[in-house]
Amino acid sequence: MTTKNTIAVLVNDHPGVLQRVSGLFGRRGFNIESITVGQSEEVGLSRMVIVTVGDENNLEQIEKQLYKLVDVIKVIDLSSKPMVARELAMIKVKAEPPQRPEIMGVVETFRAAVIDVGTTSLIVQVIGDTEKIDAMIELLKPYGIRELTRTGVTAMIRGNA
Amino acid sequence: MSAQIPEVRSTDELRQKWMKPEVITGSEILLRSLLLEGVECVFGYPGGAVLYIYDAMYGFKDFKHVLTRHEQGAIHAADGYARASGKVGVCIATSGPGATNLVTGIATAYMDSVPLVVITGNVVSSLIGTDAFQEADITGITMPITKHSYLVRDVEDLPRIIHEAFHIANTGRKGPVLIDIPKDVSAAQTLFVPQTEPVTMRGYNPNVLPNKIQLDKLTQAIAEAERPFILAGGGVVYSGGHEALYEFVRKTEIPIATTLLGLGGFPSGHELWTGMPGMHGTYTSNQAIQQSDLLICIGARFDDRVTGKLDGFAPQAKIVHIDIDPAEIGKNVAADIPIVGDVKAVLELLNQDVKRADLADAWRAQIQQWKAAKPFSYKDSETVLKPQWVIELLDKTTKGGAIVTTDVGQHQMWAAQYYKFNQPRSWVTSGGLGTMGFGFPSAIGAQMANPDRLVISINGDGGMQMCSQELAICAINNIPVKIVIINNQVLGMVRQWQELIYNNRYSHIDLAGSPDFVKLAEAYGVKGLRATNKEEARRAWQEALDTPGPVVVEFVVSKEENVYPMVTQGSTIDQMLMGDE
Ligand SMILES: Cc1ncc(C[n+]2csc(CCOP(=O)(O)OP(=O)(O)O)c2C)c(N)n1
Repeated sequence: MTTKNTIAVLVNDHPGVLQRVSGLFGRRGFNIESITVGQSEEVGLSRMVIVTVGDENNLEQIEKQLYKLVDVIKVIDLSSKPMVARELAMIKVKAEPPQRPEIMGVVETFRAAVIDVGTTSLIVQVIGDTEKIDAMIELLKPYGIRELTRTGVTAMIRGNA
Repeated sequence: MSAQIPEVRSTDELRQKWMKPEVITGSEILLRSLLLEGVECVFGYPGGAVLYIYDAMYGFKDFKHVLTRHEQGAIHAADGYARASGKVGVCIATSGPGATNLVTGIATAYMDSVPLVVITGNVVSSLIGTDAFQEADITGITMPITKHSYLVRDVEDLPRIIHEAFHIANTGRKGPVLIDIPKDVSAAQTLFVPQTEPVTMRGYNPNVLPNKIQLDKLTQAIAEAERPFILAGGGVVYSGGHEALYEFVRKTEIPIATTLLGLGGFPSGHELWTGMPGMHGTYTSNQAIQQSDLLICIGARFDDRVTGKLDGFAPQAKIVHIDIDPAEIGKNVAADIPIVGDVKAVLELLNQDVKRADLADAWRAQIQQWKAAKPFSYKDSETVLKPQWVIELLDKTTKGGAIVTTDVGQHQMWAAQYYKFNQPRSWVTSGGLGTMGFGFPSAIGAQMANPDRLVISINGDGGMQMCSQELAICAINNIPVKIVIINNQVLGMVRQWQELIYNNRYSHIDLAGSPDFVKLAEAYGVKGLRATNKEEARRAWQEALDTPGPVVVEFVVSKEENVYPMVTQGSTIDQMLMGDE
């Protein structure tokens, strides 16, 4: 059964590490749906959060192959635990003055925000899980989406774990 | 014989000499660090980006540098050195084309888990990324085929990086590590403090000791098995676990096959040994795997050349997989009892309480019957030389005691089938990548590591032409390798596939235009001999053995001979073409 898996990878903050990790996914035939990288709580280490689609065997291989990289310090399968996952999207949507109130309605319902106003367009920023962002995009589509950018998922285990 | 090999100088005394902290250049740091790591010889080729390093090597006599005639020769020689010695092989090349010429050799070592430290020069740091003259992103290019790699940005990091590189290359699952040194780094000066502390790296902790619970499960499974079988691979040799394996077999009396890379890991004359399994393996090994109820895989990785069609592989067996690399477990074949650890350590622990597989007597008898009924066989001839006969000649006259390196093709399979290996590190062949051009230069390295042993390099007429320029190295350094060419005038293994799978459509396999190999040898100052029948073969081979230096012996053999048995792709391994026996 193929499922979407979210894994967090703690890595040395060395040049080329992102290339090593993403290259490993590519050549082993593992699919990356999204990848985010940034600082971690510890100086010198970065945390990558990778969303990948595959079956259970795949996931096990991904973990094991990642551990073979000398710069990989820890791999955590987040999706096997209760986690919170969020991504951010910015959507530049066509908005002539008559459409604006309607669009603002959508923005409010989603607790999103308008972060830029142009003469014929708005930039909407939305934060949430992937489904929420998908839904928001669906609702804004009829107005005409000019540009869209998403950060990919970042995630954490809930609670004190 | 040994006096003829260039002297290898790295000694404790020398190492002491280099221990004092001093301000020196990156190039000198490199040389001293190599020496402190115990390096005796390096294979290399200079160029602009490594000129500071070569300048530091001017007059440097503390280890031997062998100037090969192609970077590919250098890296395969370093690889052969490593396989035959268990030490780390070292090679040096310049940036750009020098570095990219190493790629095939790095991939070869990576696939077979061979410890190498590969040093490349690069353009000066400020030019990196500008498509400068002779610039190549060699760390990027080789990322998928190295265990780890470094681009050195600061000369201060160099001692640590070299120390780490050797540690990574030769621990855990071994493999090649690349160190790319920009030209300015090799010129820069800093205070060199020798690195002797054990390496600690947070992200690198190979699992040496196995889980005791899993070992107990295996002991139990052996007690219950009626048809247990061992599949032992290169991990046995690499871990130095051959004695422990012998003890394990002695205690359990479980029949055993060794894979291509495992040859020599268990004595081939032993009653319980069934030969190599897989595509060109023995009838017995393949049947035994398919019918076993307990398959104990030790330091082997279920390569597709071994398993044949995966669904249908060992269908009745409980699978035990012992490997230092956790990622191998479950990669191709699901393991019922996974054991992660160093093969030697695992076997030594197992040997403490494992007992004879008592329920397996009928099985042992069955195995003996298969062995007697279906050994490797070929139809000999009195008119043409048969390649199998030639290998048997080499085996008989050297009593299986030589170090044999091979290239890739039919001759490689015949060497694996008909030469009888009884010691580990006597067999050097490119298994995982199947690299033509590997056989001859790897023999040079193997001989450097073993000045006193007989080294035979067995090659096809095709592959010999991929690195034949290294004959110069043998001549100049008087490296007494016996270079055998099994000349069938074609790309034999390709011919075999075209015959059997592509309906005799012989597309582009004719090697017409090959040089006269005797004259080629002579052109380099190496003795050359040729044989076209049994009488000549015996005589030429004896002359080669009696000659102190390097010799090329060309055996002109029949063109049509095929390697049997053969499992074609998509078949399970018990479905074998046996040829005309
Ligand atoms: C570098 C490289 N190129 C191509 C091949 C494919 N290949 C495998 S065996 C073989 C034929 C080898 O012929 P030869 O060296 O004459 O040896 P023989 O099979 O005749 O013993 C070829 C071309 C390879 N293994 N490596």
